[in-house]
Amino acid sequence: MTPEKIKELKVAACKVRMGILTETHAAKCGHPGGSLSAAELFTYLYFQELHIDPQNPQMENRDRFVLSKGHTAPGLYATLALRGFFPVEDLLTLRKLDSYLQGHPNMRTVPGVDMSTGSLGQGISCACGMALGAKRQEKDYRVYTLLGDGEIQEGQVWEACMFAAHYSLDNLCVIVDNNGLQIDGEVAKVMSPYPIDEKFRAFGFHVEVINGHDFNQIEAAMNAARSTKGKPTAIIMRTVKGKDVSYMENAAGWHGKAPNDQEYVQGMQELEALLAQLEGE
Amino acid sequence: MADIKKIATRDGYGKALLRLGSEHSDVVVLDADLASATKTGMFKQAYPDRFFDCGIAEANMMCVAAGLATTGLVPFASSFAMFAAGRAYEQVRNSIGYPHLNVKIGATHGGLSVGEDGASHQCCEDLAIMRAIPGMVVICPADSVEAEAATVAAYEYKGPVYLRFGRMAVPVFHEEGFQFVIGKGEVLRSGKDVAIIANGLMVYEAMQAAEQLTAQGYDPMIINMATVKPLDEELVLFAARECGKIVTCEEHSVMGGLGEAVCALLSEKLPTPVRRIGVQDVFGRSGSARELLDAFGLSAENIVDTVKDFLSKD
Repeated sequence: MTPEKIKELKVAACKVRMGILTETHAAKCGHPGGSLSAAELFTYLYFQELHIDPQNPQMENRDRFVLSKGHTAPGLYATLALRGFFPVEDLLTLRKLDSYLQGHPNMRTVPGVDMSTGSLGQGISCACGMALGAKRQEKDYRVYTLLGDGEIQEGQVWEACMFAAHYSLDNLCVIVDNNGLQIDGEVAKVMSPYPIDEKFRAFGFHVEVINGHDFNQIEAAMNAARSTKGKPTAIIMRTVKGKDVSYMENAAGWHGKAPNDQEYVQGMQELEALLAQLEGE
Repeated sequence: MADIKKIATRDGYGKALLRLGSEHSDVVVLDADLASATKTGMFKQAYPDRFFDCGIAEANMMCVAAGLATTGLVPFASSFAMFAAGRAYEQVRNSIGYPHLNVKIGATHGGLSVGEDGASHQCCEDLAIMRAIPGMVVICPADSVEAEAATVAAYEYKGPVYLRFGRMAVPVFHEEGFQFVIGKGEVLRSGKDVAIIANGLMVYEAMQAAEQLTAQGYDPMIINMATVKPLDEELVLFAARECGKIVTCEEHSVMGGLGEAVCALLSEKLPTPVRRIGVQDVFGRSGSARELLDAFGLSAENIVDTVKDFLSKD
């Protein structure tokens, strides 16, 4: 990527973070922490990686994205809005009665959402079905799915991993947002999923371990996934939960809590300062 | 009727899949290591590239089916009723039911007639569980011909369908070529004393009961209500108006299945006395299928006794 492209993506990721804060503040609930940790990933997918068309969300040969960690819908919605799938102003309706922006992604109401998710462990299996469907119909679209590091405690995730390797789903890219925290605290203390990379390797995946806030590393991992044949790829990305909002960073308490008015103002000031700095670079 | 041919409804399912496979390239079949028992094995042999064994992992299988459906294919996902509706309930609810995806669930080995395997495998709650999912069509055919026709109808319908089949060979009373209409019950015998509304293998028991009752001077109406949801309300209300008394019969818990569906409708629209024959609030146990059905009152004899007792009271 050119330095200009990276700058463009960093600016977009910062705007995604502002969207996340704005949405959850307006909703007075929702999940900012794990949305913020995946902002670069969402941005890279929708502004660089995925073959999609915001004007034609149902385009037949589009790449698919399944947000297996569906509670981080604010991150996905902010990205989809910024990418032009629906008006940015609608983010303010998140979780409100009659809004199409449901608390967890609903494929029937939100343009650009390819699968309804929210119950952890199920999205990756649905993504396997999509990838298998593409192969069966000799279509060349790819399927991406994002999981939480707490989510991989669900046994179904490993059923899906067995399936993906067994059917050689090399058109499937599984991303794990390893921000290290879940509702009850550190994933390592609640129920350790470590070593995550070795588990995926043992299940037959090509594995990439990266810093999930570094666009160059995300790009390299995505390219490696695309060129890996005969097996699925898992990208384990180390991230900071609550990234770029100082009081949310690495704090499990911000998993599923909205900022109050004061916190919102502070967070937006921090992000606006970051944005100004990025745009000035 | 003594020489009537007996075939399990799961065989009708397997036959239908073969037929659908030859007619429609979008049909794909998934199983969870039970292809020979669920009868999807016939499809597997004929169309190996459209058959996907998921191993003993039903939760993943249901969501894979959901994903396949989003790509335009029509997946039939099979396992025993206990695991398809029981173990994978939440996957069916959230990944198939909520997005209303075009997945067909072929659940075999429903009810007590699983037999010797015992209570762990005798699912008598599946119809109740599946019925509670918004938008889910729930069908329990009576014989192999109806099972085959219902499977074809499920393919033609766009949306999630739960099909419940049995392990045991049961009498085939439908004619070959029978056309199944989702949501329409079938009046097998007109009558005016009592309406016996049954589904699954209890339909033939009800037909046998009707013979005995007729010989004793009674005049029962017999209805095959294969579709539990959406219920053929018009037919239930007709039966209630004609007969004034209803007996429901199902190889399922009396809670949440056909019996309660009929009661719920009647209590709101046309209060009518009802007796429910089914599995009471108990688990099954090991034994031969026939012994179990008799022991739990799922028999023509119990239907006869229930009807006679019912009609002797005001």
